[in-house]
Amino acid sequence: MHQTVAPSIIQGPSLRQRLAARGFDAVTLLVVPAAVFSLCLFVYPFAFGLILSFEPKSGGWLSNYVRFFSDSFLYDTIGKTLWLAVPVTLLNLVLAVPIAFRVRLMRHQRLLTTILVLPITLGTVLVAEGLLNYLGPQGWFNRTLMTFGLISQPLKLVHNYWGVFASLVITGFPFTFLLTLSYVTGIDPALEQAAATLGASAWQRFRHVYLPLLMPGFAITFCLSFVQAFSVFPSAVLLGAPAGPTRVISIAAYQAAFEEYDYSMASAIAMIMGFVQLAIVVAVLASRGLFYRGPASGAKG
Amino acid sequence: MIRDTTLGAKLWAAAIWTLVGFFVLNLFAMIGTVVTSSFATRWLGTWLPIGWTTRWYDSAWSEFQLGDVLLVTFQVVGAVVLISGLLGVTAAYALARREFAGKRLLVLLFLLPLLIPPITFGIPLATVLYRTGLAGTFWGVVVANLVPTVPFVILVMIPFIEQVDPKIEAAARVFGANTFKLFVHVLMPLLLPGILAALLLVLVRTIAMFELTFLVAGPTSQTLVVALYYAVFAAGVRAVQSIDAMAVIYMVTTLVWLIIALRFVNPTQIVTRAKQQPAH
Repeated sequence: MHQTVAPSIIQGPSLRQRLAARGFDAVTLLVVPAAVFSLCLFVYPFAFGLILSFEPKSGGWLSNYVRFFSDSFLYDTIGKTLWLAVPVTLLNLVLAVPIAFRVRLMRHQRLLTTILVLPITLGTVLVAEGLLNYLGPQGWFNRTLMTFGLISQPLKLVHNYWGVFASLVITGFPFTFLLTLSYVTGIDPALEQAAATLGASAWQRFRHVYLPLLMPGFAITFCLSFVQAFSVFPSAVLLGAPAGPTRVISIAAYQAAFEEYDYSMASAIAMIMGFVQLAIVVAVLASRGLFYRGPASGAKG
Repeated sequence: MIRDTTLGAKLWAAAIWTLVGFFVLNLFAMIGTVVTSSFATRWLGTWLPIGWTTRWYDSAWSEFQLGDVLLVTFQVVGAVVLISGLLGVTAAYALARREFAGKRLLVLLFLLPLLIPPITFGIPLATVLYRTGLAGTFWGVVVANLVPTVPFVILVMIPFIEQVDPKIEAAARVFGANTFKLFVHVLMPLLLPGILAALLLVLVRTIAMFELTFLVAGPTSQTLVVALYYAVFAAGVRAVQSIDAMAVIYMVTTLVWLIIALRFVNPTQIVTRAKQQPAH
Protein backbone atom coordinates (compact mmCIF):
# COMPACT_ATOMS: atom_id res chain seq x y z
CA MET A 1 0.00 0.00 0.00
CA HIS A 2 2.65 2.48 1.06
CA GLN A 3 4.87 1.40 -1.73
CA THR A 4 2.26 2.13 -4.40
CA VAL A 5 1.34 5.57 -3.10
CA ALA A 6 4.84 6.82 -2.31
CA PRO A 7 6.18 7.17 -5.88
CA SER A 8 3.25 9.33 -6.93
CA ILE A 9 3.87 11.63 -3.96
CA ILE A 10 7.48 11.98 -4.94
CA GLN A 11 6.55 12.59 -8.57
CA GLY A 12 3.99 15.23 -7.63
CA PRO A 13 1.32 16.19 -10.17
CA SER A 14 1.37 14.45 -13.53
CA LEU A 15 2.79 16.05 -16.65
CA ARG A 16 -0.70 16.74 -17.87
CA GLN A 17 -1.57 18.58 -14.65
CA ARG A 18 1.66 20.56 -14.68
CA LEU A 19 1.09 21.61 -18.27
CA ALA A 20 -2.52 22.55 -17.50
CA ALA A 21 -1.29 24.77 -14.65
CA ARG A 22 0.84 26.63 -17.19
CA GLY A 23 -2.13 26.99 -19.50
CA PHE A 24 -1.41 24.10 -21.87
CA ASP A 25 -4.33 21.70 -22.19
CA ALA A 26 -6.64 20.37 -24.87
CA VAL A 27 -8.20 23.79 -25.39
CA THR A 28 -4.82 25.40 -25.97
CA LEU A 29 -4.15 22.86 -28.68
CA LEU A 30 -6.99 24.38 -30.71
CA VAL A 31 -4.61 27.16 -31.65
CA VAL A 32 -2.19 24.73 -33.29
CA PRO A 33 -3.83 24.42 -36.76
CA ALA A 34 -3.98 28.18 -37.30
CA ALA A 35 -0.46 28.64 -35.93
CA VAL A 36 0.94 25.92 -38.19
CA PHE A 37 -0.89 27.45 -41.13
CA SER A 38 0.57 30.90 -40.45
CA LEU A 39 4.05 29.47 -39.95
CA CYS A 40 3.90 27.52 -43.21
CA LEU A 41 2.33 30.19 -45.39
CA PHE A 42 3.53 33.44 -43.87
CA VAL A 43 6.75 32.94 -41.92
CA TYR A 44 8.19 30.22 -44.14
CA PRO A 45 7.68 32.13 -47.44
CA PHE A 46 9.28 35.20 -45.89
CA ALA A 47 12.28 33.21 -44.70
CA PHE A 48 12.40 31.38 -48.03
CA GLY A 49 12.28 34.69 -49.91
CA LEU A 50 15.04 36.15 -47.75
CA ILE A 51 17.31 33.17 -48.41
CA LEU A 52 16.35 33.06 -52.09
CA SER A 53 17.27 36.73 -52.46
CA PHE A 54 20.86 35.77 -51.52
CA GLU A 55 20.95 33.04 -54.15
CA PRO A 56 20.95 35.07 -57.37
CA LYS A 57 20.79 33.62 -60.83
CA SER A 58 24.39 34.70 -61.40
CA GLY A 59 27.13 36.39 -59.40
CA GLY A 60 27.93 36.42 -55.66
CA TRP A 61 25.41 36.12 -52.87
CA LEU A 62 24.85 39.89 -52.69
CA SER A 63 24.62 40.50 -56.42
CA ASN A 64 20.83 41.02 -56.43
CA TYR A 65 21.19 43.84 -53.95
CA VAL A 66 24.26 45.23 -55.74
CA ARG A 67 22.26 45.23 -58.97
CA PHE A 68 19.29 46.95 -57.33
CA PHE A 69 21.36 49.75 -55.84
CA SER A 70 23.53 50.31 -58.92
CA ASP A 71 20.74 50.40 -61.52
CA SER A 72 18.95 53.74 -61.39
CA PHE A 73 15.92 52.16 -63.10
CA LEU A 74 15.59 49.98 -59.99
CA TYR A 75 16.77 52.10 -57.05
CA ASP A 76 14.80 55.12 -58.28
CA THR A 77 11.62 53.19 -57.50
CA ILE A 78 12.21 53.69 -53.77
CA GLY A 79 12.31 57.46 -54.19
CA LYS A 80 9.31 57.47 -56.53
CA THR A 81 7.25 55.37 -54.15
CA LEU A 82 8.19 57.52 -51.17
CA TRP A 83 7.41 60.65 -53.20
CA LEU A 84 3.88 59.27 -53.64
CA ALA A 85 3.30 57.60 -50.30
CA VAL A 86 4.61 60.23 -47.87
CA PRO A 87 2.69 63.27 -49.22
CA VAL A 88 -0.50 61.22 -49.61
CA THR A 89 -0.28 59.84 -46.08
CA LEU A 90 0.43 63.27 -44.59
CA LEU A 91 -2.43 64.86 -46.56
CA ASN A 92 -4.82 62.11 -45.51
CA LEU A 93 -3.85 62.47 -41.86
CA VAL A 94 -4.02 66.29 -41.93
CA LEU A 95 -7.51 66.09 -43.48
CA ALA A 96 -8.68 63.26 -41.25
CA VAL A 97 -7.89 64.91 -37.90
CA PRO A 98 -10.14 68.02 -38.07
CA ILE A 99 -12.91 66.03 -39.77
CA ALA A 100 -12.75 63.33 -37.09
CA PHE A 101 -13.01 66.02 -34.40
CA ARG A 102 -16.11 67.41 -36.09
CA VAL A 103 -17.74 64.04 -36.82
CA ARG A 104 -17.18 63.01 -33.19
CA LEU A 105 -19.91 65.51 -32.27
CA MET A 106 -22.36 64.12 -34.85
CA ARG A 107 -25.29 61.99 -33.76
CA HIS A 108 -25.73 60.06 -36.98
CA GLN A 109 -22.18 59.10 -37.77
CA ARG A 110 -23.23 55.86 -39.30
CA LEU A 111 -24.32 57.23 -42.67
CA LEU A 112 -21.02 59.03 -43.21
CA THR A 113 -18.91 56.10 -42.07
CA THR A 114 -20.91 53.79 -44.35
CA ILE A 115 -20.26 56.04 -47.33
CA LEU A 116 -16.59 56.18 -46.47
CA VAL A 117 -16.33 52.40 -46.21
CA LEU A 118 -17.41 52.16 -49.87
CA PRO A 119 -14.05 52.93 -51.52
CA ILE A 120 -12.21 50.64 -49.07
CA THR A 121 -14.61 47.83 -49.92
CA LEU A 122 -14.57 48.38 -53.66
CA GLY A 123 -10.80 48.29 -53.72
CA THR A 124 -8.11 49.98 -55.75
CA VAL A 125 -8.87 48.30 -59.07
CA LEU A 126 -12.40 49.65 -59.26
CA VAL A 127 -11.34 53.10 -58.04
CA ALA A 128 -8.65 53.17 -60.72
CA GLU A 129 -11.18 52.17 -63.37
CA GLY A 130 -13.66 54.82 -62.19
CA LEU A 131 -11.11 57.61 -61.94
CA LEU A 132 -9.79 56.81 -65.41
CA ASN A 133 -13.14 58.02 -66.77
CA TYR A 134 -13.99 60.60 -64.15
CA LEU A 135 -10.67 62.48 -64.16
CA GLY A 136 -10.05 62.01 -67.89
CA PRO A 137 -10.01 64.96 -70.30
CA GLN A 138 -13.71 64.41 -71.13
CA GLY A 139 -14.68 63.39 -67.61
CA TRP A 140 -17.14 65.13 -65.33
CA PHE A 141 -14.38 66.58 -63.14
CA ASN A 142 -12.64 68.55 -65.88
CA ARG A 143 -15.98 69.41 -67.45
CA THR A 144 -17.24 70.94 -64.19
CA LEU A 145 -14.09 72.98 -63.71
CA MET A 146 -14.34 74.29 -67.28
CA THR A 147 -18.03 75.14 -66.88
CA PHE A 148 -17.20 77.27 -63.86
CA GLY A 149 -14.43 78.89 -65.85
CA LEU A 150 -11.72 77.80 -63.45
CA ILE A 151 -9.64 76.31 -66.24
CA SER A 152 -9.65 76.77 -70.01
CA GLN A 153 -7.89 73.53 -70.94
CA PRO A 154 -8.71 70.15 -69.38
CA LEU A 155 -6.20 69.29 -66.66
CA LYS A 156 -4.12 66.21 -67.32
CA LEU A 157 -4.99 64.09 -64.32
CA VAL A 158 -4.64 60.50 -65.53
CA HIS A 159 -1.67 58.48 -66.67
CA ASN A 160 0.61 60.57 -64.50
CA TYR A 161 1.55 61.23 -60.87
CA TRP A 162 -1.74 62.97 -60.00
CA GLY A 163 -3.92 60.07 -61.10
CA VAL A 164 -2.21 57.75 -58.64
CA PHE A 165 -2.24 60.49 -56.03
CA ALA A 166 -6.01 60.90 -56.40
CA SER A 167 -6.66 57.17 -56.19
CA LEU A 168 -4.54 56.94 -53.04
CA VAL A 169 -6.55 59.77 -51.49
CA ILE A 170 -9.88 58.14 -52.43
CA THR A 171 -8.96 54.76 -50.95
CA GLY A 172 -6.53 55.99 -48.28
CA PHE A 173 -8.45 58.86 -46.76
CA PRO A 174 -11.41 56.76 -45.50
CA PHE A 175 -8.98 54.28 -43.98
CA THR A 176 -7.00 57.02 -42.22
CA PHE A 177 -10.19 58.80 -41.17
CA LEU A 178 -11.91 55.75 -39.65
CA LEU A 179 -8.77 54.86 -37.70
CA THR A 180 -8.40 58.46 -36.49
CA LEU A 181 -12.08 58.59 -35.55
CA SER A 182 -11.75 55.49 -33.40
CA TYR A 183 -8.81 57.03 -31.55
CA VAL A 184 -10.51 60.42 -31.13
CA THR A 185 -13.73 58.93 -29.76
CA GLY A 186 -11.66 56.80 -27.38
CA ILE A 187 -10.64 59.88 -25.36
CA ASP A 188 -12.77 60.73 -22.36
CA PRO A 189 -14.77 63.92 -23.18
CA ALA A 190 -14.61 64.88 -19.48
CA LEU A 191 -10.98 65.89 -20.03
CA GLU A 192 -11.99 68.43 -22.65
CA GLN A 193 -14.82 69.70 -20.50
CA ALA A 194 -12.42 70.18 -17.60
CA ALA A 195 -10.07 72.17 -19.85
CA ALA A 196 -12.98 74.27 -21.15
CA THR A 197 -14.14 74.98 -17.60
CA LEU A 198 -10.68 76.27 -16.86
CA GLY A 199 -10.98 78.65 -19.79
CA ALA A 200 -9.01 76.89 -22.53
CA SER A 201 -9.92 77.90 -26.07
CA ALA A 202 -10.70 75.31 -28.74
CA TRP A 203 -7.16 75.48 -30.10
CA GLN A 204 -5.64 75.24 -26.61
CA ARG A 205 -7.83 72.24 -25.80
CA PHE A 206 -6.66 70.53 -28.96
CA ARG A 207 -3.01 71.47 -28.55
CA HIS A 208 -2.60 70.76 -24.83
CA VAL A 209 -5.22 68.10 -24.08
CA TYR A 210 -6.04 66.07 -27.15
CA LEU A 211 -2.84 66.21 -29.15
CA PRO A 212 -0.56 64.73 -26.46
CA LEU A 213 -3.08 61.96 -25.77
CA LEU A 214 -3.63 61.22 -29.44
CA MET A 215 0.00 61.31 -30.54
CA PRO A 216 0.54 57.54 -30.12
CA GLY A 217 -2.67 56.85 -32.06
CA PHE A 218 -1.68 59.27 -34.82
CA ALA A 219 1.74 57.63 -35.07
CA ILE A 220 0.14 54.21 -35.56
CA THR A 221 -2.41 55.61 -38.00
CA PHE A 222 0.41 57.21 -39.97
CA CYS A 223 2.34 53.94 -40.04
CA LEU A 224 -0.60 51.82 -41.21
CA SER A 225 -1.70 54.35 -43.83
CA PHE A 226 1.86 54.81 -45.04
CA VAL A 227 2.45 51.09 -45.40
CA GLN A 228 -0.76 50.79 -47.45
CA ALA A 229 0.20 53.70 -49.70
CA PHE A 230 3.76 52.46 -50.11
CA SER A 231 2.57 49.15 -51.50
CA VAL A 232 0.37 50.80 -54.17
CA PHE A 233 0.18 48.55 -57.19
CA PRO A 234 -2.93 48.37 -59.42
CA SER A 235 -3.62 52.09 -59.53
CA ALA A 236 0.05 52.87 -60.26
CA VAL A 237 -0.23 50.65 -63.33
CA LEU A 238 -3.71 51.64 -64.50
CA LEU A 239 -3.87 55.32 -63.56
CA GLY A 240 -0.22 56.25 -63.55
CA ALA A 241 2.71 56.15 -65.90
CA PRO A 242 4.10 52.74 -64.96
CA ALA A 243 7.23 53.24 -67.05
CA GLY A 244 7.89 56.76 -65.78
CA PRO A 245 7.05 58.83 -62.72
CA THR A 246 4.86 56.22 -61.03
CA ARG A 247 7.10 53.21 -61.54
CA VAL A 248 6.73 52.23 -57.89
CA ILE A 249 8.72 49.52 -56.17
CA SER A 250 5.91 46.94 -56.34
CA ILE A 251 5.91 47.25 -60.15
CA ALA A 252 9.66 46.55 -60.17
CA ALA A 253 9.12 43.48 -57.96
CA TYR A 254 6.24 42.26 -60.12
CA GLN A 255 8.20 42.69 -63.35
CA ALA A 256 11.20 40.84 -61.92
CA ALA A 257 8.99 37.93 -60.90
CA PHE A 258 6.50 37.61 -63.74
CA GLU A 259 8.18 39.22 -66.73
CA GLU A 260 11.82 38.22 -66.18
CA TYR A 261 10.94 35.08 -64.16
CA ASP A 262 13.82 35.98 -61.81
CA TYR A 263 12.22 35.01 -58.50
CA SER A 264 15.49 35.58 -56.69
CA MET A 265 15.62 39.22 -57.81
CA ALA A 266 11.89 39.64 -57.11
CA SER A 267 12.40 38.34 -53.57
CA ALA A 268 15.28 40.76 -53.11
CA ILE A 269 13.07 43.68 -54.21
CA ALA A 270 10.25 42.48 -51.93
CA MET A 271 12.71 42.34 -49.03
CA ILE A 272 13.94 45.86 -49.82
CA MET A 273 10.31 47.02 -49.97
CA GLY A 274 9.60 45.44 -46.59
CA PHE A 275 12.77 46.92 -45.17
CA VAL A 276 11.94 50.49 -46.29
CA GLN A 277 8.46 50.15 -44.78
CA LEU A 278 9.95 48.84 -41.56
CA ALA A 279 12.53 51.65 -41.45
CA ILE A 280 9.86 54.36 -41.79
CA VAL A 281 7.59 52.68 -39.24
CA VAL A 282 10.42 52.32 -36.73
CA ALA A 283 11.47 55.95 -37.30
CA VAL A 284 7.92 57.20 -36.73
CA LEU A 285 7.32 55.05 -33.66
CA ALA A 286 10.71 56.07 -32.21
CA SER A 287 10.09 59.78 -32.78
CA ARG A 288 6.74 59.43 -31.02
CA GLY A 289 8.68 59.67 -27.77
CA LEU A 290 9.86 63.18 -28.69
CA PHE A 291 6.34 64.58 -28.50
CA TYR A 292 5.02 63.30 -25.23
CA ARG A 293 6.14 61.04 -22.48
CA GLY A 294 3.80 59.64 -19.89
CA PRO A 295 0.54 57.77 -19.60
CA ALA A 296 -1.68 58.28 -22.61
CA SER A 297 -3.98 55.31 -22.41
CA GLY A 298 -5.03 56.10 -18.84
CA ALA A 299 -7.42 58.69 -20.22
CA LYS A 300 -9.36 56.30 -22.38
CA GLY A 301 -12.93 56.28 -21.20
CA MET B 1 -19.96 67.96 -25.70
CA ILE B 2 -18.73 71.48 -26.09
CA ARG B 3 -20.02 73.52 -29.00
CA ASP B 4 -18.44 76.83 -29.88
CA THR B 5 -20.77 79.45 -31.26
CA THR B 6 -18.24 82.10 -32.26
CA LEU B 7 -17.99 83.18 -35.90
CA GLY B 8 -14.54 81.63 -36.26
CA ALA B 9 -15.80 78.27 -35.03
CA LYS B 10 -18.75 78.38 -37.42
CA LEU B 11 -16.51 79.20 -40.38
CA TRP B 12 -14.18 76.36 -39.38
CA ALA B 13 -17.09 73.93 -39.17
CA ALA B 14 -18.39 75.12 -42.55
CA ALA B 15 -14.94 74.63 -44.09
CA ILE B 16 -14.74 71.09 -42.75
CA TRP B 17 -18.20 70.13 -43.98
CA THR B 18 -17.34 71.56 -47.39
CA LEU B 19 -14.28 69.33 -47.46
CA VAL B 20 -16.32 66.26 -46.50
CA GLY B 21 -18.95 67.18 -49.07
CA PHE B 22 -16.29 67.60 -51.76
CA PHE B 23 -14.86 64.18 -51.01
CA VAL B 24 -18.22 62.40 -50.95
CA LEU B 25 -19.35 64.24 -54.10
CA ASN B 26 -16.25 63.14 -56.00
CA LEU B 27 -16.64 59.59 -54.74
CA PHE B 28 -20.24 59.37 -55.93
CA ALA B 29 -19.42 61.10 -59.21
CA MET B 30 -16.67 58.55 -59.80
CA ILE B 31 -19.06 55.64 -59.16
CA GLY B 32 -21.72 57.46 -61.18
CA THR B 33 -19.38 57.75 -64.15
CA VAL B 34 -18.88 53.99 -64.23
CA VAL B 35 -22.60 53.25 -63.93
CA THR B 36 -23.61 55.86 -66.53
CA SER B 37 -20.99 54.67 -68.98
CA SER B 38 -22.12 51.06 -68.65
CA PHE B 39 -25.60 52.03 -69.91
CA ALA B 40 -24.40 54.43 -72.61
CA THR B 41 -24.73 53.84 -76.33
CA ARG B 42 -22.18 56.49 -77.21
CA TRP B 43 -20.58 58.89 -74.76
CA LEU B 44 -17.96 61.23 -76.16
CA GLY B 45 -17.48 64.87 -75.29
CA THR B 46 -20.88 65.48 -73.70
CA TRP B 47 -22.25 65.61 -70.16
CA LEU B 48 -24.49 62.62 -70.67
CA PRO B 49 -24.50 59.86 -73.27
CA ILE B 50 -26.51 60.17 -76.46
CA GLY B 51 -28.69 57.16 -75.72
CA TRP B 52 -29.20 54.38 -73.19
CA THR B 53 -28.89 50.63 -73.61
CA THR B 54 -28.33 47.49 -71.58
CA ARG B 55 -26.60 45.54 -74.33
CA TRP B 56 -23.12 46.11 -72.82
CA TYR B 57 -24.07 43.77 -70.00
CA ASP B 58 -24.76 40.99 -72.50
CA SER B 59 -21.54 41.63 -74.35
CA ALA B 60 -19.49 41.92 -71.13
CA TRP B 61 -21.03 38.70 -69.88
CA SER B 62 -19.99 36.77 -73.02
CA GLU B 63 -16.72 38.60 -73.81
CA PHE B 64 -15.22 38.19 -70.37
CA GLN B 65 -16.86 34.80 -69.63
CA LEU B 66 -18.32 36.38 -66.52
CA GLY B 67 -20.42 33.30 -65.78
CA ASP B 68 -17.28 31.21 -65.28
CA VAL B 69 -15.42 34.01 -63.50
CA LEU B 70 -18.29 34.57 -61.07
CA LEU B 71 -18.54 30.84 -60.40
CA VAL B 72 -14.81 30.66 -59.61
CA THR B 73 -15.09 33.80 -57.48
CA PHE B 74 -17.87 32.36 -55.36
CA GLN B 75 -16.14 29.00 -55.06
CA VAL B 76 -12.92 30.69 -53.90
CA VAL B 77 -14.78 32.97 -51.53
CA GLY B 78 -16.87 30.12 -50.13
CA ALA B 79 -13.82 27.96 -49.48
CA VAL B 80 -11.93 30.88 -47.90
CA VAL B 81 -14.86 31.77 -45.65
CA LEU B 82 -15.37 28.18 -44.49
CA ILE B 83 -11.72 27.37 -43.84
CA SER B 84 -10.86 30.70 -42.22
CA GLY B 85 -13.93 30.31 -40.02
CA LEU B 86 -12.89 26.83 -38.88
CA LEU B 87 -9.23 27.68 -38.28
CA GLY B 88 -9.88 31.16 -36.98
CA VAL B 89 -12.67 30.54 -34.49
CA THR B 90 -10.96 27.55 -32.85
CA ALA B 91 -7.67 29.42 -32.53
CA ALA B 92 -9.45 32.50 -31.21
CA TYR B 93 -11.16 30.35 -28.58
CA ALA B 94 -7.84 29.03 -27.32
CA LEU B 95 -6.29 32.51 -27.30
CA ALA B 96 -9.28 34.04 -25.50
CA ARG B 97 -9.57 31.38 -22.80
CA ARG B 98 -6.02 30.37 -21.93
CA GLU B 99 -2.91 32.17 -20.75
CA PHE B 100 0.26 30.40 -21.77
CA ALA B 101 3.90 31.07 -22.45
CA GLY B 102 4.46 32.41 -25.96
CA LYS B 103 0.91 33.75 -26.35
CA ARG B 104 2.12 37.27 -27.12
CA LEU B 105 4.44 35.89 -29.79
CA LEU B 106 1.54 33.97 -31.28
CA VAL B 107 -0.67 37.07 -31.35
CA LEU B 108 2.16 38.91 -33.11
CA LEU B 109 2.34 36.08 -35.63
CA PHE B 110 -1.35 36.58 -36.37
CA LEU B 111 -1.05 40.36 -36.41
CA LEU B 112 1.75 40.63 -38.95
CA PRO B 113 -0.15 39.34 -42.03
CA LEU B 114 -2.74 42.06 -41.39
CA LEU B 115 -0.22 44.86 -40.96
CA ILE B 116 2.15 43.95 -43.78
CA PRO B 117 0.61 44.83 -47.16
CA PRO B 118 -0.29 41.82 -49.32
CA ILE B 119 2.04 42.74 -52.16
CA THR B 120 5.07 42.64 -49.83
CA PHE B 121 4.47 39.12 -48.53
CA GLY B 122 2.62 38.09 -51.69
CA ILE B 123 5.72 37.88 -53.87
CA PRO B 124 7.65 35.45 -51.63
CA LEU B 125 4.38 33.56 -51.03
CA ALA B 126 3.74 33.30 -54.78
CA THR B 127 7.31 32.08 -55.27
CA VAL B 128 6.78 29.29 -52.75
CA LEU B 129 3.39 28.39 -54.28
CA TYR B 130 4.91 28.25 -57.78
CA ARG B 131 7.67 25.96 -56.49
CA THR B 132 5.09 23.60 -54.98
CA GLY B 133 2.95 23.74 -58.11
CA LEU B 134 -0.03 25.07 -56.17
CA ALA B 135 -0.03 28.47 -57.86
CA GLY B 136 -2.33 28.80 -60.84
CA THR B 137 -4.78 26.31 -59.36
CA PHE B 138 -8.01 26.89 -57.49
CA TRP B 139 -6.50 25.79 -54.18
CA GLY B 140 -3.48 28.02 -54.66
CA VAL B 141 -5.77 31.04 -54.79
CA VAL B 142 -7.70 29.83 -51.75
CA VAL B 143 -4.53 29.22 -49.73
CA ALA B 144 -3.06 32.62 -50.63
CA ASN B 145 -6.29 34.36 -49.62
CA LEU B 146 -6.35 32.51 -46.31
CA VAL B 147 -3.06 34.06 -45.20
CA PRO B 148 -4.63 37.39 -44.15
CA THR B 149 -8.17 36.12 -43.49
CA VAL B 150 -7.37 33.48 -40.83
CA PRO B 151 -5.61 36.09 -38.63
CA PHE B 152 -8.44 38.52 -39.36
CA VAL B 153 -11.06 36.08 -38.03
CA ILE B 154 -8.89 35.35 -34.99
CA LEU B 155 -8.44 39.00 -34.05
CA VAL B 156 -12.11 39.84 -34.59
CA MET B 157 -13.30 36.80 -32.60
CA ILE B 158 -11.01 37.11 -29.54
CA PRO B 159 -12.93 40.01 -27.93
CA PHE B 160 -16.22 38.34 -28.86
CA ILE B 161 -15.28 35.11 -27.08
CA GLU B 162 -13.82 36.96 -24.11
CA GLN B 163 -17.18 38.55 -23.38
CA VAL B 164 -18.91 35.16 -23.03
CA ASP B 165 -18.91 34.28 -19.34
CA PRO B 166 -16.71 31.17 -18.72
CA LYS B 167 -19.18 30.17 -15.97
CA ILE B 168 -21.70 29.24 -18.66
CA GLU B 169 -19.22 26.78 -20.10
CA ALA B 170 -18.38 25.48 -16.62
CA ALA B 171 -22.09 24.88 -15.99
CA ALA B 172 -22.40 22.93 -19.24
CA ARG B 173 -19.39 20.85 -18.23
CA VAL B 174 -20.93 20.13 -14.83
CA PHE B 175 -24.00 18.78 -16.62
CA GLY B 176 -21.79 16.44 -18.59
CA ALA B 177 -21.30 18.15 -21.94
CA ASN B 178 -18.13 17.17 -23.77
CA THR B 179 -16.11 19.69 -25.76
CA PHE B 180 -18.03 19.01 -28.98
CA LYS B 181 -21.45 19.35 -27.32
CA LEU B 182 -20.23 22.48 -25.55
CA PHE B 183 -19.27 24.01 -28.88
CA VAL B 184 -22.46 23.07 -30.70
CA HIS B 185 -25.07 23.74 -28.00
CA VAL B 186 -23.55 26.49 -25.87
CA LEU B 187 -20.81 28.41 -27.65
CA MET B 188 -22.12 28.42 -31.20
CA PRO B 189 -25.48 30.06 -30.40
CA LEU B 190 -23.75 32.67 -28.25
CA LEU B 191 -20.99 33.39 -30.75
CA LEU B 192 -23.09 33.22 -33.89
CA PRO B 193 -23.49 37.01 -34.34
CA GLY B 194 -19.75 37.48 -33.99
CA ILE B 195 -18.89 34.61 -36.32
CA LEU B 196 -21.39 35.84 -38.88
CA ALA B 197 -19.95 39.36 -38.76
CA ALA B 198 -16.38 38.13 -39.04
CA LEU B 199 -17.15 35.79 -41.92
CA LEU B 200 -19.13 38.43 -43.83
CA LEU B 201 -16.17 40.78 -43.56
CA VAL B 202 -13.90 37.99 -44.77
CA LEU B 203 -16.27 37.48 -47.69
CA VAL B 204 -16.19 41.16 -48.69
CA ARG B 205 -12.42 41.34 -48.25
CA THR B 206 -11.85 38.22 -50.34
CA ILE B 207 -14.02 39.41 -53.23
CA ALA B 208 -12.04 42.65 -53.26
CA MET B 209 -8.61 41.10 -52.56
CA PHE B 210 -6.67 41.93 -55.68
CA GLU B 211 -2.96 41.56 -54.96
CA LEU B 212 -2.76 38.00 -53.61
CA THR B 213 -5.19 36.54 -56.14
CA PHE B 214 -3.46 38.39 -58.95
CA LEU B 215 -0.04 37.02 -57.98
CA VAL B 216 -1.07 33.36 -57.76
CA ALA B 217 -4.09 32.99 -60.09
CA GLY B 218 -3.90 31.13 -63.38
CA PRO B 219 -6.26 31.65 -66.31
CA THR B 220 -8.90 29.32 -64.86
CA SER B 221 -8.64 30.46 -61.25
CA GLN B 222 -9.14 34.22 -61.69
CA THR B 223 -11.59 36.01 -59.48
CA LEU B 224 -13.75 38.86 -60.70
CA VAL B 225 -11.47 41.64 -59.47
CA VAL B 226 -8.46 40.17 -61.27
CA ALA B 227 -10.48 39.74 -64.47
CA LEU B 228 -11.50 43.39 -64.13
CA TYR B 229 -7.86 44.42 -63.75
CA TYR B 230 -6.87 42.58 -66.92
CA ALA B 231 -9.81 44.13 -68.78
CA VAL B 232 -8.83 47.67 -67.72
CA PHE B 233 -5.15 46.90 -68.37
CA ALA B 234 -5.94 45.86 -71.92
CA ALA B 235 -8.30 48.80 -72.45
CA GLY B 236 -8.70 49.60 -76.12
CA VAL B 237 -9.23 45.95 -77.02
CA ARG B 238 -12.82 46.05 -75.80
CA ALA B 239 -15.39 48.84 -75.69
CA VAL B 240 -15.07 51.06 -72.61
CA GLN B 241 -18.74 50.53 -71.84
CA SER B 242 -18.25 46.78 -71.78
CA ILE B 243 -15.50 47.11 -69.16
CA ASP B 244 -17.69 49.51 -67.20
CA ALA B 245 -20.55 47.00 -67.29
CA MET B 246 -18.19 44.43 -65.80
CA ALA B 247 -17.13 46.98 -63.16
CA VAL B 248 -20.79 47.50 -62.26
CA ILE B 249 -21.30 43.75 -61.90
CA TYR B 250 -18.25 43.68 -59.64
CA MET B 251 -19.58 46.59 -57.58
CA VAL B 252 -22.96 44.90 -57.16
CA THR B 253 -21.45 41.58 -56.03
CA THR B 254 -19.31 43.42 -53.47
CA LEU B 255 -21.87 45.89 -52.22
CA VAL B 256 -24.68 43.34 -51.71
CA TRP B 257 -22.49 41.58 -49.17
CA LEU B 258 -21.30 44.84 -47.67
CA ILE B 259 -24.89 45.92 -47.06
CA ILE B 260 -25.66 42.58 -45.41
CA ALA B 261 -22.47 42.85 -43.35
CA LEU B 262 -23.34 46.37 -42.22
CA ARG B 263 -26.48 45.06 -40.55
CA PHE B 264 -24.23 43.17 -38.16
CA VAL B 265 -21.21 45.42 -37.73
CA ASN B 266 -20.34 49.02 -37.26
CA PRO B 267 -18.57 50.35 -40.38
CA THR B 268 -15.57 51.54 -38.37
CA GLN B 269 -14.94 47.95 -37.30
CA ILE B 270 -14.11 47.02 -40.87
CA VAL B 271 -10.96 49.08 -40.51
CA THR B 272 -10.25 49.27 -36.84
CA ARG B 273 -11.21 46.06 -35.05
CA ALA B 274 -8.18 44.16 -36.13
CA LYS B 275 -5.91 47.10 -36.77
CA GLN B 276 -6.30 48.71 -33.39
CA GLN B 277 -4.64 45.91 -31.50
CA PRO B 278 -1.06 47.24 -31.60
CA ALA B 279 -2.15 50.38 -29.77
CA HIS B 280 -2.58 48.51 -26.54
